[in-house]
Amino acid sequence: MPPPDFMMPMPVKVMQRRQELATTWTLDVETGPDELAAFTPGQFNMLYVFGVGEIPVSFSGDPAGRDRHCFTVRAVGPVSRALTELPIAASLGKRGPYGTGWPLAAAEGADLALIAGGLGLAPLRPVLYHVLRYRQRYGRITLLYGTRSPSDILFRDELDGWRRRQDLEVRVTVDHAGSEWPGQVGVVPALVPTLGFDASNTVAFLCGPEVMMRLTASALLDAGLAPAGIYLSMERNMKCALGHCGHCQFGGVFVCKDGPVLPYPRLRGLLSLQEL
Amino acid sequence: MDDYNDTAVITSEGLQCLIEALLNRSYQVVGPQIRDQAIVYDTLTDIDQLPQGWSDEQDGGHYRLRPRADGAYFGYAVGPHSWKRFLYPPHQSLWQANKDGDRLYFKDERPDPPRFAFLGVRACELNAIAIQDRVFMGDAYSDPDYQARREGTFIVALNCSEAGGTCFCASMACGPEVKTGFDLALTELLNEGPHRFLVESGSPAGLEVMAELPRRNTTRADLQAAWAVVENTRRSMGRTMPDTDIPALLLDNLTHPRWDDVAQRCLSCANCTMVCPTCFCSTVEDSSDLAGTTAERHRRWDSCFTADFSYLHGGSVRQSTRSRYRQWMTHKLATWVEQFGSSGCVGCGRCITWCPVGIDLTEEVRAIHDTSPKGKGEAR
Repeated sequence: MPPPDFMMPMPVKVMQRRQELATTWTLDVETGPDELAAFTPGQFNMLYVFGVGEIPVSFSGDPAGRDRHCFTVRAVGPVSRALTELPIAASLGKRGPYGTGWPLAAAEGADLALIAGGLGLAPLRPVLYHVLRYRQRYGRITLLYGTRSPSDILFRDELDGWRRRQDLEVRVTVDHAGSEWPGQVGVVPALVPTLGFDASNTVAFLCGPEVMMRLTASALLDAGLAPAGIYLSMERNMKCALGHCGHCQFGGVFVCKDGPVLPYPRLRGLLSLQEL
Repeated sequence: MDDYNDTAVITSEGLQCLIEALLNRSYQVVGPQIRDQAIVYDTLTDIDQLPQGWSDEQDGGHYRLRPRADGAYFGYAVGPHSWKRFLYPPHQSLWQANKDGDRLYFKDERPDPPRFAFLGVRACELNAIAIQDRVFMGDAYSDPDYQARREGTFIVALNCSEAGGTCFCASMACGPEVKTGFDLALTELLNEGPHRFLVESGSPAGLEVMAELPRRNTTRADLQAAWAVVENTRRSMGRTMPDTDIPALLLDNLTHPRWDDVAQRCLSCANCTMVCPTCFCSTVEDSSDLAGTTAERHRRWDSCFTADFSYLHGGSVRQSTRSRYRQWMTHKLATWVEQFGSSGCVGCGRCITWCPVGIDLTEEVRAIHDTSPKGKGEAR
C-alpha cells in the first residue's frame, strides 16, 4: 500500500445547521483532529457528501474557534445541494485546509476595505472576526457589502451588530429593491468612490462574483489604491485541491494552491479575458 | 564521469538476457509491441514480442505501420502510448466510503504500486517523465502512488534511430540523444558491423544489470556508429518548433484571430491530451452501490477539451472550442514554464499524429508568430 493519500477525506459530523437564505445554509462541522482545526481566513476545505461528490468550500466561521468549522453553502449544484440538506449528526468527508489566506499579518497598520458581493461575504467573515478581535492592529476598517436584492443579504443579524460598532464602517447596498428597502441601491463598484479611502494606506480584500471583483478592482485602482494592495478570492472548478488535477487553472495560476486569495498584480491581464 | 558509467556492446541475445535479468529482479518489463496496427507499450517477456522489422509513417492525422528490411527492433518513432499510463494510470481506484447509520468510514483502495522496467524510453519521453515528476512530486503535495511507481521504475532508455514525420524533439532541446535519467541506455547499431546494441549504464542499478549480460568491450567504431545514429535522427526531424520566446509570443496574443481559425478545425475531441506524455489533468468519479451503503471514488484522466472540465456553478467557464484550444496550447507551451520551470512540450509529435484533423501545434505557433502584431513576441 502506498503512503497515506491526501485525496482521502476524514469523516466528521454536522454539529449544527442554520438556514441563512432561501437556499443558503451554514453548517457547523466537527474539526476532526486538532492539527487540522487551525485555518487562515480565506482558506477552504474539500467537503464530500457520501455518494454525491466533493466541492471546495471556504471557511466562514471564527478562526479562533477550535471546536467547530463553519461552512456557508448555497445549493447550486448536486454536491452543494446535498450539503445544505445534511441533517444534524450526519457524517460528511472533509479534507484540508487548502490554499492561501487573506494577508492579515501584512495588512497590520493599514486601513482595511473588505468588499464582498453576495455569498462572497462568507469567506470574508473570518477576517471580520479576526480584525475585530485584534482591532487595535488595524486602522480604519470598512465593510462594503452588495447583494442582488434585500432578500440575498447574508448574516443580517451580525451585519446589524457590526453596524452598531463605532470602530467599523458598514455599507450595504443592493442592485435592485422595492420601495420598502430603506437602504442604498447600486452596484458595489459604483460605491467605491464614495468610501473616502486613504489610498496610500489601504489594503482591500475582495470576494464575490468575478465580474464584481474585476470592476471593483478597477474602481479601487481609479481611487488610487496600489495594485499590490488589492487581493481577490478566485473560484474555479477543483477536483483535488493539491495542484495535480489541473481543473482550477486561471492563466498560469492554480487557484487551489496559488490562491484562492491572490494579489491583483498576479491576475492583471487575466480578469478581462473571456473564457480564460 | 561517475563511477557507474560504463559502456558495452550486446547482441539481440544480450537484449533477451537484459529482459530476463529484469524479470529476475521481479520487474514487470514493459516495452513496445504491435497491437491494433500500432506500436504500443505493454508487458513482455521475450524479444520476439518487440516490433522487429517494423517502422511507422506519421503525419498530421496519419499513422501507418510499414515493414522494414533491416530487422531493427526499435526502428519506429513513438506511438499513441506513452509511459504516463504506467506511472499515472488512466483509471485508478482511490478510496471506498462505507456508511453505517450516521457514520462514514473511508478505506484506501489504491492497489499496491507495481515495479516496472521500461524498455525503449526515448529522450523525449525521459524529458516527459521528468516534467511529470515536477508536476506530481515537485511541490507541497506529492502524489504518493506516482512517487512509489516512479521510484520503483528501472529505465532502459533508447537513443532514437528514427525520427517520425511529426517529431520535433530537437527544436524543443529534448532529444534525440538521451542524456540523463536512465539506468541503462541502448543505441541500436545496424551499420558498420553486425546488428548490435551499444549499452551505457547511468546508475549503480544499471551497472549491476549490465554486468550480467553477455557483452564485449566497446570499440571506437561502435561509439562512432552510435554518434552517427543520433546525428542522423537529429537531421531528419519531420517538424520544427519556431525558435522564439514562445511563452511571450502566446501570452501576448491571447486574442489573436488564429484561435478562431484553429477552433474551426478542432473537434475538441481530447485526443491530443490523451496521447500527450505530459498532460496530467484528471477528474474524480463516484459510484455507489444499490443499497446506498458503499461509495467508491476513482480518478481518471481528464482533458481541458471537455465541457465539464471548467464547470463552475451553473456553466462552463470555457464554453467555446476556441477557449479550450487556447487553454491547452498556452498551458502546454507558455504558462507551464511559469508553473513548473520548463515547457510542457517535449516535441514528441503525438498530438499532431493523433489529431483526427491533423492540427499541428508547431504550425499554429508559427502562424501566430508570423502574424503577431506585437513584434513577433520579442517584446512583452
